[in-house]
Amino acid sequence: MTRVSCRRLSAAYNGTVVLDDVDLSVEDGEWVVVVGPNGSGKTSLIRALSGSLPAEGDVTIGDRLLRDMRRRDIAAQVAVVPQTPVIPEGMTVSDYVMLGRTPYIPYWGTEGPADVARVVEVLGNLDLLPFANRPITSLSGGERQRAVLGRALSQDASVLLLDEPTTALDLGHQQQVLELVHRLRDRHRLAVISTLHDLTFAAAYGDRLIVLVEGRVVASGKPAEVLEPKLIEEYFDAAVEVLEGPDGPVVLPVRPRPSRH
Amino acid sequence: MSTAVFPVGPTRLRLGPITVVGLVLVGAALASLVLGPAGIDPWGAIRETLDHLPFISIDSGLSEQDAAIVWQLRVPRMTLAGLVGATLAGAGGAYQGVFRNPLADPYLLGVAAGAGLGATIAIVSALPTASIAPFAFVGGLVAVASAYALALLGGTRRTGATLILSGVAVAAFFTAIQTYVQQQNADTIRQVFSWILGRLGTAGWGEVRLLLPYALGTWLVLLAHRRHLDVMSVGEEEAATLGIDPARVRITVVITATLGTSAAVAVSGLIGFVGIIVPHIVRLAVGPSHRRLLPLSLAGGAAFLMLADLVARTVRSGGELPIGVVTAFVGAPFFAFILAASSDARR
Repeated sequence: MTRVSCRRLSAAYNGTVVLDDVDLSVEDGEWVVVVGPNGSGKTSLIRALSGSLPAEGDVTIGDRLLRDMRRRDIAAQVAVVPQTPVIPEGMTVSDYVMLGRTPYIPYWGTEGPADVARVVEVLGNLDLLPFANRPITSLSGGERQRAVLGRALSQDASVLLLDEPTTALDLGHQQQVLELVHRLRDRHRLAVISTLHDLTFAAAYGDRLIVLVEGRVVASGKPAEVLEPKLIEEYFDAAVEVLEGPDGPVVLPVRPRPSRH
Repeated sequence: MSTAVFPVGPTRLRLGPITVVGLVLVGAALASLVLGPAGIDPWGAIRETLDHLPFISIDSGLSEQDAAIVWQLRVPRMTLAGLVGATLAGAGGAYQGVFRNPLADPYLLGVAAGAGLGATIAIVSALPTASIAPFAFVGGLVAVASAYALALLGGTRRTGATLILSGVAVAAFFTAIQTYVQQQNADTIRQVFSWILGRLGTAGWGEVRLLLPYALGTWLVLLAHRRHLDVMSVGEEEAATLGIDPARVRITVVITATLGTSAAVAVSGLIGFVGIIVPHIVRLAVGPSHRRLLPLSLAGGAAFLMLADLVARTVRSGGELPIGVVTAFVGAPFFAFILAASSDARR
């Protein structure tokens, strides 16, 4: 069933159009990767889908319009992992993951045993128990990203929005984070929308790709259909070869050759 | 092995810090009760105080005059120091949380400067003493409203930084006017100065009754927002995606802390440093979570100001120091020591 969709989504930021008539629909358990050059509106799309960026057009979560939902209700449905999360100085990992329980805790109340149990479960699933009482600022980049995912997971949302979840991680940790998202998506039937710079990773993990350029969707479909060398050359201004790999197309950057035509 | 290191679940108040702060608070209260220039029998002073508690009746054995000193002077003064200290420290911790700025304190939004101006106007106009409090109160509110209006003028994005900058500008402006008014009225300059420097010396039950409802209300609302302040620590946009309304939390906390501060300033004068030093010491001891920080700051602030007042009224024979001088003189080096010690321990 369609979990999250948007129709004719348009937005401007500081007078510049950042999203222009974007249509998108993602099923339960589906992972859509948004790719595009810098400044193409990828982050704006993530922000508009979570209600952080005011936009024209309809965003639908389940069977409800985003604009009719209260913040708490949105937070119980949509979890966001921003590109550069604010990491509070000195906060422990378990406290940080507990922040994800906010939509379930009454305004004047405090967390109950069920919230604590859920946080412990999430920490266990993400192998974070040994770090539970350590300040999150003392963690390495990969561990930190797991904690941020843990916060999103403890929201028990059905939609997971990830903005460049592999930024600033080395190759191995990029892979681990993406594998983790892949497993969580399978286990919880999450609808995942993520932006990714790395086109090979995008092809390996995304069920579908959409290419965003200047706020418009210029291509969408299965990774093998979308990742054409000509398209990449045109929109990313990059010289590449696309090879066939074990998990889908592999986008290989090559030195630009003098034009032959 | 790995599961065993996570026995308690997320942050709760641990017994250790509560016990320490509780003991310091009780110790400060007892010392305030039994120490003083009148040379009253310490046990008598304690018995006299207990005698006034509900359902307790003991004969203190004090003379009528000594009993009056204990119950009409020392106890209200100690109570007022506790209320003011707790409110200023709690407000400071709340401001620091809501602006995500460790330097934020009750003075930053111009509350203190506005209250100072209000009080100065009341004093130089030779209005009755009772009008100083409401004037200070109005001044504090006008200052914080100006800071808010200025921040709104600065743009649609009301970030914590914009507000703090506005507050600093407002504070400078109000302080300038206050100094001008003060210089124009040389005959009352001494009186204004003694108010500005902070004083609890004239405190009686009247001041306690005036402040008590504001103090209790401030504590309750701030404590009720301790979780929200933790959520706000990831910034406003992320806090919103976690399901809270950052603007609503910010305005509720700021207004509450400002009301509490104005009320405290109105009865006690300007007592600096409590709102910044106490939350910082607590934070160094128990970490940044407001679920521990706010309750412990309230208790710690009460103890700190009781002790500061004790020093203010006993250190110099034949006179009192302004308590604001004591909080800065004792507080600053102590704070420096704590900072140095904690950074050593972390290495």
